Amino acid sequence: MKIDLSRFRQTFFQEAADHVNNMETALLTLDAAPDEPVNPEVLNLIFRAVHSIKGGSGTFAFDDLTRFTHRLEELLDRMRQGKVEASHPRVQLLLRACDVQRGLLAAAEAGTPPGPEAEQLLEKLAVAQRDGEFASEPAPRMRAHDPQVKFGGRSTYAIHFRPSPAIFREGMDPLLALRDLADLGTLEEVAADLSRLPELAELQPDTCYLSWNIRLTTERELSEVESVFAFIEDGAEITIEAQAPRGLGKQQQSAANKPATASAQRREGPHRRDSASIRVSTEKVDQLINLVGELVIAQSMTVEIADHFTPARLPELRAALGEVGRNTRELQERVMAVRMLPVGTIFARLPRIVHDIAESSGKSIRVEMTGEETELDKGVLEGMMDPLTHLIRNSADHGIEGGAQRLAAGKPEGGVIRLQARHEGGNFIIEVSDDGRGLDLARIRSKAIERGLLTGSEELSREEIQALIFQPGFSTAEKATEVSGRGVGMDVVRKNVEALGGIVSLKSREGQGTTVIIRLPLTLAVLDGQLVRVGNQIYVLPLVSIVESIQPTRQQVSAVAGQGEVVVVRTDPLPLLRLHQLFGVPSEITDAWRGLVAVIEHETRRFALLVDELLSQQQVVIKNLQTNFRKVEGAMGATILGDGRVSLILDVAGLVERSRRITGGFCGKPRGPLPAGMPAP
Amino acid sequence: MPKKALVVDDSVTMRQMVSFTLREANFEVLEAENGQDALKKIEGQALDLIVTDLNMPVMDGITFIRQARALPATKYVPILMLTTESQTGKKMEGKAAGATGWIVKPFDPPKLLTVVAKVLP
Repeated sequence: MKIDLSRFRQTFFQEAADHVNNMETALLTLDAAPDEPVNPEVLNLIFRAVHSIKGGSGTFAFDDLTRFTHRLEELLDRMRQGKVEASHPRVQLLLRACDVQRGLLAAAEAGTPPGPEAEQLLEKLAVAQRDGEFASEPAPRMRAHDPQVKFGGRSTYAIHFRPSPAIFREGMDPLLALRDLADLGTLEEVAADLSRLPELAELQPDTCYLSWNIRLTTERELSEVESVFAFIEDGAEITIEAQAPRGLGKQQQSAANKPATASAQRREGPHRRDSASIRVSTEKVDQLINLVGELVIAQSMTVEIADHFTPARLPELRAALGEVGRNTRELQERVMAVRMLPVGTIFARLPRIVHDIAESSGKSIRVEMTGEETELDKGVLEGMMDPLTHLIRNSADHGIEGGAQRLAAGKPEGGVIRLQARHEGGNFIIEVSDDGRGLDLARIRSKAIERGLLTGSEELSREEIQALIFQPGFSTAEKATEVSGRGVGMDVVRKNVEALGGIVSLKSREGQGTTVIIRLPLTLAVLDGQLVRVGNQIYVLPLVSIVESIQPTRQQVSAVAGQGEVVVVRTDPLPLLRLHQLFGVPSEITDAWRGLVAVIEHETRRFALLVDELLSQQQVVIKNLQTNFRKVEGAMGATILGDGRVSLILDVAGLVERSRRITGGFCGKPRGPLPAGMPAP
Repeated sequence: MPKKALVVDDSVTMRQMVSFTLREANFEVLEAENGQDALKKIEGQALDLIVTDLNMPVMDGITFIRQARALPATKYVPILMLTTESQTGKKMEGKAAGATGWIVKPFDPPKLLTVVAKVLP
């Protein structure tokens, strides 16, 4: 009998990814409490995770993975038995092993040869298995990737060596390095790259224009090869890449790469791909089947009543239809729940990022999480991975101060980053907060002026100044983060969150820390909408973007010379957007005080959107406009209403943009006097 | 009547692969995540075969085999251990606990079916 197990590959990759994540989380708990005795159950859990990966990888003949997990398992077994200590360096090594396992899994899934990291770490694992204190690995420049590569004694290295152009002036000679390399083993190939040589007239005799590509086979360890370049590495470009036998590893790794960054990028890389399938517990599926069964029964009852209908049976019909409705709603909820995953699944990956930054910067940072069990649509969740990574990195890197600085400021030496998730009024809220230095308002202001985002004459509130860091182009300069403490790619964070239909805002107090609040819809498929009517058209306005709705009096509406109309709500003048004008729909209402305005919010600024009438609020199913029609500026999609009509779902950012284009008013203009709209609390 | 088997493994992948193989060989298959879960699942069942992993959370395979052997319903049911070469000691321990035989990982369907054919009456 031929039994093909390849159908279980996907299950294996998903399960293995979970195991690696669990292992990482467990390791971080070990690391967080170095002084406490190690909980044997934590070690068991890590062991089982590796053991399971090994078990599956063997079946699918992922040999590199099997070999790696086998070695890993040996070390873990010895730790479990108390033969070697679960010391800090060993935990660090195991964390690296998590990255390597992810890399090997990704390579196995893609069918590509794995990178050189696995081979490099294998040797380390062997060393770490021995008794006694296994020394922490220093991370100087030349050892960004691990030394000690060996394949049955002999290894081949591809070496790229481009000396500093000034090498001769510094009294060195690249030829010496080449001779030293030759002493280490066999130089299979030495190719000089002459492409940088200038014309003879321009040639500076004391400048080095050459570089070399060298293949060296040696029994010596990588560290010895590296040591050849020890004195000439300044200003030089040197990469040494182990070429495994059996066709392993062609991946190049620059010696100057910071390990923390490199590993963090690796982790984010494979994350996005796994959205093709979703794992659902059999319990959820059983519930669905049950519900469908009930729905079928209710439906056949309805048909039966309709077939033999007499007016006397009307109450019966109503009851039966009510039953169908109830079942349908429940079915909708349950089907939606299938796409829901606990936010903990992405939170779990963040402590590691903080850990790596803390480790490399010598800071002490604790990560606290609440609400990990809160569920969110899988699509939204996946889209949040990048922004959250960004935010948490900002907090760890720039928000939290060094220990000495914190003590001087009267704070505890260790910083805290808090991640909170919760449901709030039909929305999903994620907060990332730190107790670091907070935003430097003066600095942001001067930077904004420098970047042309402000003229310098504006009177801005604290919130408005802080909101500037979300502006595109606010932090393009390399040094942007050193003093301001934040602003790295915050515009990207905002863009990502808005692409998911969410809103991001920020609170910060200088010296006390920063909190970033992300408000997301629970699902991408369904939206809580407010139906609004303009003429004979009905539009859906996302409830999340409506601050309030009012009927303005005549006195509240006024025209500002050259800039359009405003509606004054309490003391704030809000730019008036006329929906009928934006979409060219005839409407009987042209005077704002005869209609209704919905106060909507975009980038902490508020606008008054004029409509004829507010209708009901309801959940609408979002249909993609672009795939079914074409992109419509100001609309994020469309939906089908109860009576079969198609209705556009409005997109506030797009409306503001559309208005700017159509009327040329001051909506959305990035500079000039800002309306004094206060951001949401 | 198809024969009934119970597959005990904490790894979903492994569980599904073993179950799939047994189903292909016309078994009716029950699954359990660990020893404790397995003890619950065998209640009231007339099993013909049990395949269990050793290293599992909550209750490991050895403990499970020992307890299953104490139950009248599973006292004589063939129990196969899924084990890895590195666990020779465990193998002996499993045997002492009452295991009938073992299947060496990496899991290989024909190997499983050969062993199964050997232990089934």
